[in-house]
Amino acid sequence: MSTKHFSCSLSNLEKICDFIAHCASEAGLDETEVYAVQLAVDEASTNIIEHGYGQECPSRIDITCEPVEDGVKVVIYDDAAPFDPTSIPEPEINVSLEEVKPRGLGIYLMRKMMDEVCYESDPDKGNTLTMIKRHAK
Amino acid sequence: MNIETTEFKHCTVIKTDGRIDGSNAPALAQALKAITAKGIKNIVFDMTDVTFVASAGWWVLIDTQKTCKPTGELVLVKVEKGIKDSLNLVGMGSYFRTFDDLTTAVGDF
Repeated sequence: MSTKHFSCSLSNLEKICDFIAHCASEAGLDETEVYAVQLAVDEASTNIIEHGYGQECPSRIDITCEPVEDGVKVVIYDDAAPFDPTSIPEPEINVSLEEVKPRGLGIYLMRKMMDEVCYESDPDKGNTLTMIKRHAK
Repeated sequence: MNIETTEFKHCTVIKTDGRIDGSNAPALAQALKAITAKGIKNIVFDMTDVTFVASAGWWVLIDTQKTCKPTGELVLVKVEKGIKDSLNLVGMGSYFRTFDDLTTAVGDF
């Protein structure tokens, strides 16, 4: 299990993804699966920074990445305002270019890229987003 | 983020490298707006060296496609598999024609 702390700036997204890519590779995920985990964590971190902290804050995001029996588990902790990505309705997909709207796509990607997405918010402990990606069968 | 643009007779090629995410998508948007503001609506995005695109990046490309259509078009060149898979997953693959090489894409205009 490996944990890293990142200040909540969009400029840290690359470092966050590098950390996750390394961990997911070590856990034995293939290239496509590693990309999927990176994308999910990037979208989750972007949401925390933009919606939770409002792009500037004195606090940080803690990310734990842990190989599990059949894949990898990523836990993202923050103490920003509660923002439950699992509560956001799915965007309309397969609509025409004229109709497509920039809402909820990142969260939809998170859900589709990972096998499990679980959000918990505690007024005292902060927000915890747990995501699991399993190896392809 | 390095962004290069090259104007051809019938289209403009824009090229960048590395990641496109929430931190640098605004810079890409600005570069694309600078092209369309000149009335250029045929754009080739050379993604040969792009390794990652988050949703912030896709929205920049979708906005540009909306600006270019119907008189012109934004097309994509050499889209890496993971990037293409994520775009197709959300049903947005159909918004862009893709090419495997730059010469063919430029020649298509």
